[in-house]
Amino acid sequence: MTTKAAATREALGPTLVRLRREGLDIVVVDADLGSSTTAREFGKVFPERFFAVGVAEQNMVNVAAGLAATGKTVFISTFAVFAPGRCFDQIRLGIAQPRQNVKLVGSHAGIITGEDGASAHAIDDLSLMLSLPGFRVIVPADVVEAEQAIEVAARTSGPFYVRCVRPKIPVIYDESHEFQLGKAHLTRPGKDVTVMAIGVMVWKALEAAELLAQQGIDCRVLNMASLKPLDVEAVLAAARETGAIVTAEDHLVHGGLASLVAQTLALHQPAPMAFIGMQDQYAVSGRWDQLLEHYGLTAEKIAEAARSVLARKKG
Amino acid sequence: MALYCHTLRHDPQNPQWPDRDRFILSKGHAAPAVYAVMAECGYLPVEELITLRKLGSCLEGHLVADSPPGVEMTSGSLGMGLSFSLGQALAARLDGKDYRVYCLLGDGDLNEGQTWEAAMASAHHQVDNLIAIIDYNRIQNDGFSDYSRYEDKSRPQRIAGWVSEEGHTVNIMALQPLEEKWRAFGWQVLETDGHDLSALIETLEKAKGTKGRPTVIIAHTVKGKGVSFMENNPAFHGKAPTPEQAEKALAELA
Repeated sequence: MTTKAAATREALGPTLVRLRREGLDIVVVDADLGSSTTAREFGKVFPERFFAVGVAEQNMVNVAAGLAATGKTVFISTFAVFAPGRCFDQIRLGIAQPRQNVKLVGSHAGIITGEDGASAHAIDDLSLMLSLPGFRVIVPADVVEAEQAIEVAARTSGPFYVRCVRPKIPVIYDESHEFQLGKAHLTRPGKDVTVMAIGVMVWKALEAAELLAQQGIDCRVLNMASLKPLDVEAVLAAARETGAIVTAEDHLVHGGLASLVAQTLALHQPAPMAFIGMQDQYAVSGRWDQLLEHYGLTAEKIAEAARSVLARKKG
Repeated sequence: MALYCHTLRHDPQNPQWPDRDRFILSKGHAAPAVYAVMAECGYLPVEELITLRKLGSCLEGHLVADSPPGVEMTSGSLGMGLSFSLGQALAARLDGKDYRVYCLLGDGDLNEGQTWEAAMASAHHQVDNLIAIIDYNRIQNDGFSDYSRYEDKSRPQRIAGWVSEEGHTVNIMALQPLEEKWRAFGWQVLETDGHDLSALIETLEKAKGTKGRPTVIIAHTVKGKGVSFMENNPAFHGKAPTPEQAEKALAELA
């Protein structure tokens, strides 16, 4: 792992500019947060393909659908609390049902948005987006993967949700990394226990695996960036081969990664599980690293959870 | 009828024609009327109309995109149509195409905040290829939008809505002054009798010549027009007539 840090949202603008230059029919609709999501960088280079609609996320979603219906690849982005948060109905009926070619990038997701507080912490966006038939849901773990995920979304027809974050988090992959839709990434092999993580928690899971290694526990880390479609094979293999599962996400433990993995295992390969994430509550303001600590989204808590599921496996 | 049979540039044999004018029904509950006109134009066999809302039919209870081909947008949740229409109008301009986008809105659509987001953005983007038509009948799901169609003036009028003896809510959300609202949002506003086909066609032609801003046509209509027991009666907003009522209505319309 390098010591570089970058926010996953930083990938959006530059990637869209590159893809347009490569000939993709990309347009952007923006609701006055393009500076934060970095979508504005696209508008700087392609002003005629950048449509500002003001602070009106509901309108943004259906304007995007109208553009997509003419064959364009449409990117919209705002804070995840606003989309999907504010305009779920528009996304459901305007994009999901007719399978419009719209890519929603929900930025500033999770409690790591930090000081802005509860109104800015999207901890339920995955729950909303995973409930929409036909939507692909991607949670990049770092800026390298974010760029690749945005490119896959742009080059694959149909609706996508890509979840990005505000703070600069460690860059865990180099250019040799390859994000694949529908595939979990085996970020660290291991045979005793598996931590399945998304977003910033992949980094925390890798740290937890280090802690566990010191205790003689061989921990597998799976990056579940492709939440939907889920890599069912990788999930079942982890349960079969390691027999103990921990999920880790900066999101409510209801309706996101934990629910998805638990449902998959319950059906095919039950195994002891533990869930690291937000427990049915809203977070408060604070520095993002402090918040992760405060709500138990840490390497230590993941390692502790891993030991507890291991004990249940052996018991 | 005025749109499909006169104004729209379209080809029922080629519903995906990229240069077609677009008709967007924001008030998705009016789907049966659209199916009827589309069948008349040849988008689907007239005999299929009887399958409306039945399992296996392409004629769903509210409009669903491409079902049948020629339906542009899924609607049924109010307030989304004008936004979608703006997206289409922007696409036409970007692609250098000369098609127009026609969006039909109802009173309920005008209650939705999103419609006004779209109204503001449409004028902002100066899309003169966008024409909105308001089916202004002043009746919505629960009753009367405002007092103007509520005939019993003897009872005191209240600021908030109230439920009349007939069981209709009165004054759900007053839309006046409607013309001034749209003008203030930067639109050209035209008004017409929504039941007078030639007046409607003339107004649509006038709208097509406008440059630099979108046009809204306020089409004054009476719900249930031409059927004595349905006219201006909110009871028929979301309810089909009984077979006897249907027979009587058809006789009156003949």
